[in-house]
Amino acid sequence: MSNTERLRELAISDAGFVFDPLTGHTYNVNGTALAVLRSLKEGATPEAVIAALHEQFETEPEDDIARDVYELVGRLREHGLVK
Amino acid sequence: MNSPLTATIAVTGMNATDNPAPGVPVARALRLDPSFQGRIIGLGYDPLDPGFYATGLLDGGAILPLPSAGREALLHRMRELVAQFGITVFIPTLDSEIRAVASLRDELLALGVHTFVPTVDAIDRSSKPQLPKLGAEPGVNVPESEPLMSADGLGKLIKKFELPVVVKGVYYGAYVCYTEADALASFRYYEATWGLPVIVQRHLDGDEYNVCALGDGTGATVGAVAMRKLALTDKGKGWSGVTVSSPALLELAAAVIRALKWRGPLEVEIMAAKGEMTADSLHVIEINPRFPAWCYLTAAAGQNLPSACARLALGERIATPLPAYKTGQMFVRISLDQVADMSTFGQLSALGILPFATPSA
Repeated sequence: MSNTERLRELAISDAGFVFDPLTGHTYNVNGTALAVLRSLKEGATPEAVIAALHEQFETEPEDDIARDVYELVGRLREHGLVK
Repeated sequence: MNSPLTATIAVTGMNATDNPAPGVPVARALRLDPSFQGRIIGLGYDPLDPGFYATGLLDGGAILPLPSAGREALLHRMRELVAQFGITVFIPTLDSEIRAVASLRDELLALGVHTFVPTVDAIDRSSKPQLPKLGAEPGVNVPESEPLMSADGLGKLIKKFELPVVVKGVYYGAYVCYTEADALASFRYYEATWGLPVIVQRHLDGDEYNVCALGDGTGATVGAVAMRKLALTDKGKGWSGVTVSSPALLELAAAVIRALKWRGPLEVEIMAAKGEMTADSLHVIEINPRFPAWCYLTAAAGQNLPSACARLALGERIATPLPAYKTGQMFVRISLDQVADMSTFGQLSALGILPFATPSA
């Protein structure tokens, strides 16, 4: 994943409400997506986010976590928020 | 802090219904200017225009002759209203008024009434039938469109643009048509409502944005605020919206102002093809030669364009461009019942005048 400049512009509330000030689009994300989005916004790679989540939630299979993170990255790409 | 704004400002468009005119938001924006110490006279065409009844909004009001009565009737009425209220600034807010006011600029100034409106030539060049020519200007993309004087050419244009197409009235209204029958019905409707030509435009799939801006008449932009509508009425009018920061939107509006040497307020309606916010993807789909009904948001977000317009009309120098506005600032319209005394309705209905509540100092 490259170019997180657009992610850094997002306004993200603790409630999971996301506002894109460039386009005016708004999104609602769940707690897990919120944590992932914040990490990506701070510049973490998807792989680093997956590793950190696996460490935090040891009982979750790493493959499941990876699937969820990459699905979110795919959604962000669809919305032009990452390249 | 700006110098006190002490003018008596007449604002048209008090019809604040579900298809609101811009008069009420212009007046509210003037009131929001902490330097405003003047008076506001609301002008409308119907004694029941809701803006006349808004508590604390107006210092006086009056009924105007319908635009169809012509410019001489408007000038005659303005003479009466200047004598009654001492009007020094006039802000017309309806498309149907702008051309007459632009052509009466010198006569109004002779009465002591200052305006800040575009030239008649700029109004013509911004009109829907002329939009393709504007697309030839640097930095201004427009979707293909053609004015039609008869429905005979409709089939040919549908073949050229492919369905869906957008059919537009010469002054107001636009409808996205998905079938040829739809397009013909829309053509007939707009022909009957606003006359010819009816404009057929290539449909762009994407997100619509609006920029409210103020040009200084030399090609420079005094201020501009971009907004995305969040909710529409069944007439397609914005019921809520939010300010956005896209530099590409503001640059496109600035390019329009530069090309037309626009003086005064305008709204640029922009389609971002496929939702992309790049210069190549942004297309001007329409220009409205006046403040939009959401212009109070410009003041609330930090750029009080109506106040700047009044000051420029008076020949004041203001620091431009205006400071950056706040993004993420929303507006949401509400409907509420305004309680009023019958005397307000009676005054406007019988005399066409709502006099100052208190005598001027």
